[in-house]
Amino acid sequence: MRTEAAAAAAPLAKVRPARRLEGAGPALLVPSALYVLVMFVYPFCYGVYLSLRPGKGEGGLSVANYLAFFLDPWQARTIWVTLSLAVPNTVLTVLLALTVAYVMRRGIWLERTITTLLVLPIALGTVLVAEGINGFYGPKGWLNQLLLMAGLPDPIRLTHNYTGVMIALFVQHFPFCFLMLLGYISGIDPALEHAARVLGARPWDVFRRVLWPLIAPGAAIAFALVFVMNFGVFPSAVLVGQPAGATRTIAIAAYQQAFEHYDMSMASAIAVIMGAGQLVGLIIVLLLRGRLAATGVATMGAGKR
Amino acid sequence: MRGGGWRLAVFCFVLGFVLNLVGIVGHVVVSSFARRWFATPLPPDWTTAWYAYSWREFQLPQILTVTVVVAGSVTALALLLGFPAAWALARRDIRAKGALLLLYFLPLLIPQMTYGIPLATTLYRYHIGGTIVGVILANLVPMLPLAIFILLPFFEQISVNLEWAARVHGASRFQVFRRVVLPLAVPGLLTAGLLILVTTVANFELTFLLSGAGSQTLVVALYYAVFAAGMRPIYSVDAMAVIYMAIVLAILLVALRFVRPTQMVFRLDRG
Repeated sequence: MRTEAAAAAAPLAKVRPARRLEGAGPALLVPSALYVLVMFVYPFCYGVYLSLRPGKGEGGLSVANYLAFFLDPWQARTIWVTLSLAVPNTVLTVLLALTVAYVMRRGIWLERTITTLLVLPIALGTVLVAEGINGFYGPKGWLNQLLLMAGLPDPIRLTHNYTGVMIALFVQHFPFCFLMLLGYISGIDPALEHAARVLGARPWDVFRRVLWPLIAPGAAIAFALVFVMNFGVFPSAVLVGQPAGATRTIAIAAYQQAFEHYDMSMASAIAVIMGAGQLVGLIIVLLLRGRLAATGVATMGAGKR
Repeated sequence: MRGGGWRLAVFCFVLGFVLNLVGIVGHVVVSSFARRWFATPLPPDWTTAWYAYSWREFQLPQILTVTVVVAGSVTALALLLGFPAAWALARRDIRAKGALLLLYFLPLLIPQMTYGIPLATTLYRYHIGGTIVGVILANLVPMLPLAIFILLPFFEQISVNLEWAARVHGASRFQVFRRVVLPLAVPGLLTAGLLILVTTVANFELTFLLSGAGSQTLVVALYYAVFAAGMRPIYSVDAMAVIYMAIVLAILLVALRFVRPTQMVFRLDRG
């Protein structure tokens, strides 16, 4: 009934196609929604509860795990280590991806080949990329051979340290971020840019006043996604980093609690802290996005891709 | 012209990045065929012996079987559960659509390490952790929403009028599903299936947290081999890496016939 009333009230062009009236629509959603509730929401809540019951589960709720984490410099330091990887890497990744996607927004030579090649690190996954980086960037790898031939006295250490993890994260997340932004930016109606140019705007003004307000909300989401992924870094930090020292990220700390010390309560607490860190990053970006989006005026056109 | 300079700079950067990728992948491939390789551009002697060694020493037949079973089951289950959900979301006025989409989106947004640890804790408590079933159930958590989000735009494109027309001409609801809906849904199912297959084969974190001795997939076995570098010759680890790479690339090549590269990542405009 509601549909009919709405259809009668709406202008003709906006009438939505009639929905099928028979059958149980919501019933079709039950299996999948139930699955996510049981396998995602419930474990998450259980993890929060478990983190508040330190030891063998006797006694009431307590924040002892959280206190222990923040008061132990070896553990608390992982937050700083994770941030020192995640923040610079996210900024670098998004800035470069944004620049490349912006310049490539109307196509580029060999575009399909390039975008296909860029899918490779996403599809192959972190473990293979890490192994490749250990070889290629390693002390005996092709890059250092090239640098030695170019006249460098000693090979540079690019793996099993902070730099290695930065390279691994960049190789993994630049294509991801770039493809996201390319899909987004090339969906902006070219007529807007064209109109601005016809009216005499210089390239910088076109970017600053026409396209940036449209791109900013998407760029903010891309930033948030890359930050959240960077904050949870695990395999790269172990395989190309120094998991016992310079790149002992918070995910490594959580894993060690769970599978080396078998302290699931403490591990859950660290996982909750990790999730909270990601949430804080997400909220900051979304708040900034709200301010950016307020300046956007033009509308989106039909996507090319 | 300044515009031309920017384009050239960006093109050089992208070229550099692609060369760097080729180097990363190429180094693994060359190393897997090297008898010995130290600080020379190419190894002096070539061999394929590391593949046989790797096949034996890393118990690849068993690991590949697990990988096929896991990836196949996850894909089938994700499509089976995701199909009706995506259909309902595309076709009906669902009351709490926004909240539902958020529920489905969270497992994709939150990194697997964050929810993997509580999930592993829960599944180990019920003695499902460490088994193949546990690995499949855990991988389904992000793959089911992935299926829904890939299928949704496909279903939104299919006109409701086709179903109405079939009904008007006397088709039963089952016939409408069998003769109209299903054939039209094939491209979407194919795309979703291939993307889920390749993502599951390459999915590391959840599989790593949930797998025990007999339930490791290839990517997890590769992680342990790289992690324990020095236990076995690096050439044999690289041979395993090449086998893994070949499998992923084979699925990816088929997938890219149906999928544009920009579809392999999140679509920003939906969020």
